[in-house]
Amino acid sequence: MTDTAVKIPEREIDPATGDTSIANYTINFGPQHPAAHGVLRLVTELDGEIIERIDPHIGLLHRGTEKLIEYKTYTQALPYFDRFDYCSPLAMEHSYVLAVEKLLDLEVPLRGQYLRVLFAELTRICNHMLNLGSHVMDVGAMTPNLWMFEIREDCLNFFERASGARMHSNYYRVGGVRQDVPIKLLNDIAEWLDTRLPRLFGDAISLVAENRIFKQRNVDIATVSRDDAIKWGFSGPMIRAAGIPWDIRRSQPYDVYDRVDFEIPVGTRGDCYDRFMVRVEEVYQSARIIKQCIQDMPEGPVLTLDRKVGAPKRGEMKQSMEALIHHFKLFTEGYHVPAGEVYVATESPKGEFGVYLVSDGTNKPYRCKVRPTAFSHLQAMDFMSKGHMLADITAILGAMDIVFGECDR
Amino acid sequence: MRAPAPRYAANDGVIDAATAALGDLLIEAKDAVGEVSLTVVREKLCDAMIALRDTPGLEYQQLSEIAGVDYPERAERFDVVYQLLSFTRNHRIRVRVTTDEEKPVPSVTGIWPVAGWLERETYDMYGVLFEGNDDLRRILTDYGFQGHPLRKDFPMTGYVEVRYSEEAKRVVYEPVSLAQDFRNFDFMSPWEGAKYVLPGDEKAPAAPPAPPKASEPKTSESTAQTGAGQPHPGNQPGEKPKDADVPAPKGEGQK
Repeated sequence: MTDTAVKIPEREIDPATGDTSIANYTINFGPQHPAAHGVLRLVTELDGEIIERIDPHIGLLHRGTEKLIEYKTYTQALPYFDRFDYCSPLAMEHSYVLAVEKLLDLEVPLRGQYLRVLFAELTRICNHMLNLGSHVMDVGAMTPNLWMFEIREDCLNFFERASGARMHSNYYRVGGVRQDVPIKLLNDIAEWLDTRLPRLFGDAISLVAENRIFKQRNVDIATVSRDDAIKWGFSGPMIRAAGIPWDIRRSQPYDVYDRVDFEIPVGTRGDCYDRFMVRVEEVYQSARIIKQCIQDMPEGPVLTLDRKVGAPKRGEMKQSMEALIHHFKLFTEGYHVPAGEVYVATESPKGEFGVYLVSDGTNKPYRCKVRPTAFSHLQAMDFMSKGHMLADITAILGAMDIVFGECDR
Repeated sequence: MRAPAPRYAANDGVIDAATAALGDLLIEAKDAVGEVSLTVVREKLCDAMIALRDTPGLEYQQLSEIAGVDYPERAERFDVVYQLLSFTRNHRIRVRVTTDEEKPVPSVTGIWPVAGWLERETYDMYGVLFEGNDDLRRILTDYGFQGHPLRKDFPMTGYVEVRYSEEAKRVVYEPVSLAQDFRNFDFMSPWEGAKYVLPGDEKAPAAPPAPPKASEPKTSESTAQTGAGQPHPGNQPGEKPKDADVPAPKGEGQK
């Protein structure tokens, strides 16, 4: 790691002009930098203050999760997914449970599907609050971040009331969700969507959306064309900001996304400001989806009644010998998944989060490859920031929405 | 499909179209669990990818993902699996090549620049070489890491561990030492044909030889042999012993 230090350029006098000619700087950004949104190390080559080249070094948060999952049963592998993108844990679980269900060809009760969509969208709001807030803070505004963290706090409280955990919920299960939610929680979420969220969020965005300084820092920064967005594997708000109306929730609906009505915001210029505004609109659309979920959700079981996959209720186990045996088998050996391979990608708040699952017919995944959203976005960092100023790095990174738990796995 | 997984365009006709477009580049095509996967000739991977991207009716514009899979028992032990996505046809397809530690896979960075890091990751995790990727450095593992951690023969605990040494005032690398053996349960019932010795049974003596077969079948004894029904030898009538244990009454006693 010799390139962490600033290279002292040799100063030579240009014989033609008499000016001092200065060689390019190579400076190191991170890995411990508050605007790096985690542990990102950027080796940047600068010509004065203009970025010539960026080489992102990632992997500082690599925990070998894919290797660990190969040694765990399908049930035990689930909590690892919370730890990928720790800002939107339930969206990560969503891809995984859908992948296992596809291999098992397992039907999921409708209420379970509605609950999963509801909490996936609540996760989207929660994630965007963190990203939008930190993005505006990276470019210099303080107040909106504090207000959006209020909303995020509310979301985390809702997660806690549903699953018992604020962040790493471990709430989804293969075949549905762990347990039903109390009716009071649904009432509170509905009321929150009608009153607190639009007021707080609207206030926070009104401070920056039309703000001159915010626009100067974001408009026309790191524009990406449609072709580049496809070639560089963009997804989620990044590809929509580039003008491609691609949303997996709409194009390849999973769970009950084909039963709810929502719109897909699309950018026109493909710059950092568009990415920001696409996310802002997505928050309102997520709120719409949650309202519809609460309205349309039927009564009924939330977890599959196939006892070879879904664990029985604790009360049932006190009465039924069979339930007790099922519980024991499910939590020691787990269930066996038929041999095969699937690639299931869902629309996580950050983009296409995919799980490529190879099963060999045993109770453990043979291979579980995660397709992180940040990998392709961060790779494009080099060409996106070429020719911009050093200070724009934070705006570009903020608009990418990168979390290293997911990027490094 | 009963599972609520993402539903995209049907697979009907995709294999036929791919067979027509790829010709002899295609080794195998199958449609399993609702997903189409193609196995293509490794050396011609780039041609196959360009055909899949540009042929009308296939149009897979985006490379979503590259994954390695390790099957150590095979001659060419690695699969390199590419997931392609078509925006216009709303369809996904999987392309696979096989390779081993030495034979390089042609890089697709010329077709999709996103492949750069994905190939670096596959190289880092499995040691698969990509010909034409001019930046094939490690990406996720530590600076100076040795080995390829996602290979099946790489131990899950790894070989080195890292700690901050107060004496050296820096982070030091040491061979990994486990306070407790790594526990890996296989859940196979020993009476269902497990082919291994259970832990703890290694020191037990080999199972005793089976007893020799009896020449005549074993039956229960008859009453003639046991003497059942006969009076007990010590209980014959007329020979009752004098009751020596009862003391003689003193005096008149009770009359």
